[in-house]
Amino acid sequence: MTRELVLAIYVFILAIFTGYEVISRVPSILHTPLMSGTNAIHGIVLLGAMIVLGSADTTLLRVLGFIAVVLGAANVFGGFVVTDRMLEMFKKKGEGTK
Amino acid sequence: MLGTRESIIAVCYIVASVLLILGLKRLSSPATARSGNSLAAIGVFLALAATLLDREIVSYWEIGVGVAIGAALGIYAARRVQMTAMPQMVGLLNGLGGGTAALVSLSEFLRLAREGPVGASEATSVVLGTAIGAVSFTGSIIAFAKLQELLSGRPLQFPLQRALNALLFLAILALGALLVVGGGNPHFLWGIFGVALALGALLVLPIGGGDMPVVISTLNALTGMAAAFTGVVLHNQMLVVAGVLVGASGTLLTILMGRAMNRSLGNVLFGAFGAESAAGPSASAGGPPRTIRQTTAEDTAIALAYARNVVIVPGYGLAVAEGQHAVRELSQELEKRGVNVKYAIHPVAGRMPGHLNVILSDAQVEYDALVGDIDEGNALLQSADVALVVGANDTVNPAALEDRTSPIYGMPIFDVRKAKSTIVLKRSLGVGFAGIDNPLFYQPNTAMLLGDAKQTLKSLSAELKSMNGAGHG
Repeated sequence: MTRELVLAIYVFILAIFTGYEVISRVPSILHTPLMSGTNAIHGIVLLGAMIVLGSADTTLLRVLGFIAVVLGAANVFGGFVVTDRMLEMFKKKGEGTK
Repeated sequence: MLGTRESIIAVCYIVASVLLILGLKRLSSPATARSGNSLAAIGVFLALAATLLDREIVSYWEIGVGVAIGAALGIYAARRVQMTAMPQMVGLLNGLGGGTAALVSLSEFLRLAREGPVGASEATSVVLGTAIGAVSFTGSIIAFAKLQELLSGRPLQFPLQRALNALLFLAILALGALLVVGGGNPHFLWGIFGVALALGALLVLPIGGGDMPVVISTLNALTGMAAAFTGVVLHNQMLVVAGVLVGASGTLLTILMGRAMNRSLGNVLFGAFGAESAAGPSASAGGPPRTIRQTTAEDTAIALAYARNVVIVPGYGLAVAEGQHAVRELSQELEKRGVNVKYAIHPVAGRMPGHLNVILSDAQVEYDALVGDIDEGNALLQSADVALVVGANDTVNPAALEDRTSPIYGMPIFDVRKAKSTIVLKRSLGVGFAGIDNPLFYQPNTAMLLGDAKQTLKSLSAELKSMNGAGHG
């Protein structure tokens, strides 16, 4: 086992608990927007695609990387815009939760 | 020690991680949700910007072009999509993310394999990232196609389906083991990629449209995990943190959604929802003769006008017909006459939990008139003179309470039979989205008003207006 792997496992486990705790009291009204928001967040995988494409040195890697960047960018940009549009609807109703 | 560039990247990643966690936290409460989304977006874009400093990146213009194309497509689609089509939009975007994760894992492996044998932990992460990402990609595309009605929403089944899926799953495991032990023959990975693409499609095809929210939520969590494994391969902590956060919160969200629908995850993924009833409505055999009473807009308007309490139960049909403004107009006309109008919104009404709240809020229906709680809604129905069901079906199906053989047995519903009379606005007499027969329609105090929801609601408002004009002023 490498030191890096151990660290990755730590991060993995702590993030699991954080993700679980942070949304544990979400009302059902927000299920869809929250799903949409987390969907946008995993669009961050775009940064992996950027690294792959930016360092590509063969045609194959360049093609794969390019497709990945396009898909990832659509995910992250589209995701945040869609979520914002959903939440805009709640905004109009003023603050009151109940 | 890290160099200056690496330090800047690391600090940005740490700040971004905190922003993501705070963003998620704020997203889970109505008052702060919108700012939560913005915080999360700032976090993600900070991380993306910092990544550009990475020394491994030597060419920028391709990235610029790719990001511009993807961003333009994503933003265009996100702005153009109708509110009613949001669920499938989320599904589609999720699929794209899954595809990205799979391609990144695959590419990184191809690069690593050139430099010599790939370590076991990297290879394992590559296998997981590629397989999970690919399953999420095709699974989401099928979910999108089902909700968009490019494919039938009904469960699509064929013999030996589960056996085939199990076989494909084992094939991925076997190829994965060969890849990890063998230290890096890329052919195995291409095999995994292909098999996982097929598996994703086959897993979702047999699931009925009614369960798609849970499916999309599951795939969303899976894409998060795929992104996290990609992060392990790339030694990128930012990706690990963000991916696992989404994986964990997405899993919890799936459980919460399933609970609201009384469906366990195993049930959704392997139960082929609605398959039993596709064989024919079980209640029809040997029961009392079942008749359906139809009514007219005029009669309905009169019943509504002289009611004291009206409870409107909207469903996905309202969203499809885009009748949200028409229904608001109707309730305003009723309120002018002193009728007390409430909306009982089932937690899973529409194609996604919260879907109808969003649409009705958009039409400026008073927040106070919306009742989202099952028990509270049923209490209101008890004292209602008229329950007006608009395009809802499964969420008011008494079979969920009584028929043990029904696939939705046990799901909490609004029991509209408690109201003095029930009027169901429905497009046709066909079965609902989940493909299940609804005994409600045969109740003696239920009347059906057939037609397009928006048109029907408009004619009801017109009837009421003429009544208001003529008599009560």
